[in-house]
Amino acid sequence: MGKMRPIKVLVAKPGLDGHDRGAKVVAMGLRDEGMEVIYTGLRQTPEKIVQAALQEDVDVIGLSCLSGAHNRLFPEIVRQLRENGKEDTLVIAGGHIPDKDISFLQDHGVRAVFGHGIPVKSIAEFIRQNVAAD
Amino acid sequence: MSKINPENIARSRRWSEEELIDQLAWGKVTALARLITLVENDPAVMARVLPMVQPVLGRAFCIGLTGPPGAGKSSLASRLTGVLRSAGQKIGVIAVDPTSPFSGGAFLGDRIRMQDHCLDPGVFIRSMATRGSLGGLARSTGDVIKLMDVYGCDYILVETVGVGQTELDIMQATDVTVVVLVPEGGDSIQAMKAGLMEIGDIFVINKSDRPGAEGLAVLLRGVLEMNPRYGSAIPPVLLTRGTDGQGVPELAGAILDRRHNLEGADLEARRRERRKAEFEEILKRAVVQEWRKLTDSDETVGNLLAGVAAGGKDPYTALLEIFPRGCIKLRTD
Repeated sequence: MGKMRPIKVLVAKPGLDGHDRGAKVVAMGLRDEGMEVIYTGLRQTPEKIVQAALQEDVDVIGLSCLSGAHNRLFPEIVRQLRENGKEDTLVIAGGHIPDKDISFLQDHGVRAVFGHGIPVKSIAEFIRQNVAAD
Repeated sequence: MSKINPENIARSRRWSEEELIDQLAWGKVTALARLITLVENDPAVMARVLPMVQPVLGRAFCIGLTGPPGAGKSSLASRLTGVLRSAGQKIGVIAVDPTSPFSGGAFLGDRIRMQDHCLDPGVFIRSMATRGSLGGLARSTGDVIKLMDVYGCDYILVETVGVGQTELDIMQATDVTVVVLVPEGGDSIQAMKAGLMEIGDIFVINKSDRPGAEGLAVLLRGVLEMNPRYGSAIPPVLLTRGTDGQGVPELAGAILDRRHNLEGADLEARRRERRKAEFEEILKRAVVQEWRKLTDSDETVGNLLAGVAAGGKDPYTALLEIFPRGCIKLRTD
């Protein structure tokens, strides 16, 4: 078998918050872990994020939201992904997400939530273990 | 606001290559996306797919955008897409960024500049990492151009970084190459260097509100006039501003003029060269692949390679033992 192909990740910022330093740190970190990372930029709607995921055919979507709108936005993104036949895409999240919201998000398709201070290496490892096989 | 069009749903993971090609020809977004992934990851896929689509290729006109980093190519690509879209044309955009030679990963950040087109069903944007290719494009970028052609794109924009020394793939892969420069100091020296000056069909000085823009345009025209290759018809040198789109309609006009002038014999001649070059690349890869299999499976060949590796046998002598001159023959069976 040939060498493994790079994992493709979309790092997305849904909602209106204007802080993307964390998202960029994760994006660069995942690149350093050998992944191909597409960053959407700020203030993305669920539709824009899903359209990017469809066109780029990514394996993973990392959602970053610091405005508190995650309970509304993240399930909506997962729903639209499923509607478009992309239920296999691994959806993970980070940002300002209180512990109490984590199980709600997991029930709605977000496989893991990575709080502040989690090393990017751990995120990369989680991705490698959980990304859908070809 | 626009929801995702249910007609574009194709549960592509479970489709065969033939079915994906069918869906591709019908303009299904997920089929194009999945096929690009497949050809990107495995050259054998295009080997099977290309014969299926060869007859319908050639409709899309391919525009290359290259130049030093920071020239604003992505913003310009976005503005140009907007102008071409206003005529109702379907656009494909391929944004190529370098793969890190250390980690094998890549940060693909050109899509950010195309926010205006993210939800337009007539624009398909794909980011690609070079994955070790050194000419500025990925190995499979040419394949992706063909897939977008079948999908129905009228124009395909390919955008990549190039400083003109080794990144010359773009000239060969596209029908017109636009070189994008910025007025900052140093460019006037850079402008003299071979490579970038020779591959441009159209030259653009972006960020034209910055000082030095007009001066660089004059300098560039002077350099181009000195090149005997152009005679009296030097490539256009245009001034643009990607931030607000100034000069972009003129750029689109220059591209369409070029297309019109190229139509027929010249365009076909350029495409002929491209097909020859692509074939050579495919041939080279196939030969190396075959060779590597032989070094593992055949003892004599393995020993020969060991001899070269040990330094006892020089590579040219070794070459004559495997590959005497005049030994390429077509199959007759």
